[in-house]
Amino acid sequence: MTDDYEHYEAVVVGAGPGGAAAAATLAQNGVETLVLERGVESGSKNVSGGLIYAEESAPYTIDGLFPNFRTEASERPVTEYYLHNVAGRKVKTIDLTDLHEHDTMWSDAVLRRHMDSWLEDRVHEVTRETGGGLLTGVRVDGLLREAGEIVGVTCEELDPIKADAIIAADGVNSELARDAGLMDWEDPEEWFQGVKAIVDMPEGAVAERFGVADDEGVAHLFSGDLFEGVRGGGFLYTNDDSLSIGTVFHLDSLVAEEAEPHELLDALLTHPLLDQWLQGEYEELEYGAKLVPDSKKAAHPSPHRGRLMLVGDAAGQMQAQGPIIKGMNHAVSAGALAAEAFSEAQTRDRPAEAGQRYETKLRDEGVMKKLRPTPYKIASAVGENDAVASMTDSLVDSSLGKLGIKAADRLGLLGRSFNSPFVMSVMPDTRTPYVTAPTAIAEALGTPVRAENDVEPPDLADRIGDLTYDVGDPHIELQDNSYEASGAAVAACPVSAKDFGGGCYRDETVKTNGHEEHLVSLDTQPCVECGTCAIVADTEWEHPAGGKGVEFKQG
Amino acid sequence: MHTLVLTKGVPDFREGQVSFDEDGHLERGKTPTVMNPNDKHALEAALQTKVRHGGTVSLMSMGPPGYKEVLQEGMADVYADDLYLLSDREMGAADTWATSITLSTGIDHLDDEPDIVFAGFKTADGETGHTGPQTCWCQDWPIVTHVVALDIDEEERTLRAKRLVEGDVEEIETVEAPLPCFVVADPEFEPTYRKADHRLRHKDLRAETQERAENFEDHLEVYDQEELNLDPDFIGLDGSPTIVAGVDPIPKAPSEREATMVDPGDEAGMASVFEELEPYAEAD
Repeated sequence: MTDDYEHYEAVVVGAGPGGAAAAATLAQNGVETLVLERGVESGSKNVSGGLIYAEESAPYTIDGLFPNFRTEASERPVTEYYLHNVAGRKVKTIDLTDLHEHDTMWSDAVLRRHMDSWLEDRVHEVTRETGGGLLTGVRVDGLLREAGEIVGVTCEELDPIKADAIIAADGVNSELARDAGLMDWEDPEEWFQGVKAIVDMPEGAVAERFGVADDEGVAHLFSGDLFEGVRGGGFLYTNDDSLSIGTVFHLDSLVAEEAEPHELLDALLTHPLLDQWLQGEYEELEYGAKLVPDSKKAAHPSPHRGRLMLVGDAAGQMQAQGPIIKGMNHAVSAGALAAEAFSEAQTRDRPAEAGQRYETKLRDEGVMKKLRPTPYKIASAVGENDAVASMTDSLVDSSLGKLGIKAADRLGLLGRSFNSPFVMSVMPDTRTPYVTAPTAIAEALGTPVRAENDVEPPDLADRIGDLTYDVGDPHIELQDNSYEASGAAVAACPVSAKDFGGGCYRDETVKTNGHEEHLVSLDTQPCVECGTCAIVADTEWEHPAGGKGVEFKQG
Repeated sequence: MHTLVLTKGVPDFREGQVSFDEDGHLERGKTPTVMNPNDKHALEAALQTKVRHGGTVSLMSMGPPGYKEVLQEGMADVYADDLYLLSDREMGAADTWATSITLSTGIDHLDDEPDIVFAGFKTADGETGHTGPQTCWCQDWPIVTHVVALDIDEEERTLRAKRLVEGDVEEIETVEAPLPCFVVADPEFEPTYRKADHRLRHKDLRAETQERAENFEDHLEVYDQEELNLDPDFIGLDGSPTIVAGVDPIPKAPSEREATMVDPGDEAGMASVFEELEPYAEAD
């Protein structure tokens, strides 16, 4: 009997920026709103690269919804933005501040535990006034249906709850989006994987080593030949008293190259270029990882079904515009638009129209156009064609290509094209922009770095050992343990590695009845809940129970 | 629903807090007093009752004036609307019998009779487990002990409790009792909140109680012997039939292993450690 179940006008699942924006907007419109967050505290399950944008063209910004956000919840603003093209020791740096500032009201580095827990308090306060509120430690594990229609949510820790609107802001591995059949974990091409280290800085070191004032900060990006040919790049953002240093790679490329994400991160951390900022000192506060949807391919064009609306990563709303990655700002816009859509539909006594209204708003407010740009569709059809891609790659790498690079640099074309939002939005997902071109640019124009960087990042065992876990029941089940089906996870999982026995995935050779079998075994204890193995291995993937699993202190 | 929780201040026996003299006697002056750890479960049960049914939670203790802080701790750590301390020199050195009489009189003195009185399962210092049941006997109420889960039917004025049989976690029986009733919460007691509304109220109450605990004295009433109109012959040392014949320290278990302390900075010492270990190290 579902009549005894609790009912709220709106249930928001997940209290990251998308969920917070949705909940605050619902509450402002007087909608009784319950927010359910599975972490022990908001932010304890969240990792992000670390930059949040407020776009001039966006319908909503996080500081518009949450006054004092910038002074109380974020780290340093990004006032300078550089791309380093790397070939061995040679580096050619291009100033991308113009591209970064395009359509940007402001952009701040953030650490998610601090940011999201700050949002949590504000969201609880405003939603409590509507008769709802925010609860942590509650994992929503599915949709409640009546006669096939979505009418609410089911939870591990609570009895089922009915709602007139369900806003799923439950992140990149949204179980609700998958329950509704709107998203899947099928194609590695649709995803990036990011890993990140938060590096402690002595007091005053950020200002001194980066040459910035207290209210200034820098973003440095890295691409070229330092990542074993895997398509992707690295980043370094300055926080108040720490650095966020990470790498982001196309998941299909990671799998194809059988690269170890933590080793690629180490390749960046130990590159001589970083010596000027690390200066031989290295104290890693936290290692984290996250799956990142590529909105160009993964953003759902119609992210709703019945009473359910998806926002943020749950809907694949993560825009990679060349080197610039924008996710949280779109989650904020989408969350607030979904809330707006429901309030309007409810006022007109037609709550069932909320989803369609949300979709229209995403389109009319220009959000969908940024997430799935039309020019990319055309350019990628040509640029990602195998024959064309290989020809372009060879051309850039040729002596003719390098001559062209030098000419382009002299004419100022190189800097201009990197700073063009259009060029960046149509960049094809091939080796050329990530690896070949940056390497060729560095070889043609770069200056060798003379410094030695002798920092020693911790090994994987120490990185896992330093994380906080409240281990519950295993939450991932290996469906097919053959190496062919699930072996890719051994390297691609950010807390596993070949020849490392302490990670999630291990490969082993078992001798049975005279023949050898190459198998994969799984232990979910060190899991950082990134979702990589849901895509690259054959698993039954779920989040751990509320409050269980990894707890990020930095995020 | 008015619930009352009985608590006691006990020495903080946690390592690093507790202090013993050379003869193994507890150094009371050097050891802080805290709320009896088992009473936390009783407070959790009272809070669950308030979350589900509304009403007030009172917290009562008998002890010296310093026990005010013990009551404050209960208010801050779990929950309490108001605090009652039964405190008077005449009540000093009471055994469990005299304490029960005093507490029972304290309960009678409340403006609003409780529907349920909760107690924790024995104190960390006395370990008798007598005071709760004896206080209940004075009240002539039913008692349910070793409770691990609790449901209340307000209309029928009954409670239904799951209790461990003989303190055995393997065997659980469900019992029903009329209100008012005395309930002893087992350390295995787990409050359950399966409704979002209950969790939200729990969160509100936890925030409120912490704020209230900062000015706990505004919510505290102290009853002395005169206020309670207690006959001095029935309370304190004079009212205590227990005679302590003597106290023997619990002998330390004999050590079966020999230990040698080596400073890691002492090279020669460390070398001998490695020498000792060598035969046990597996060489490939």
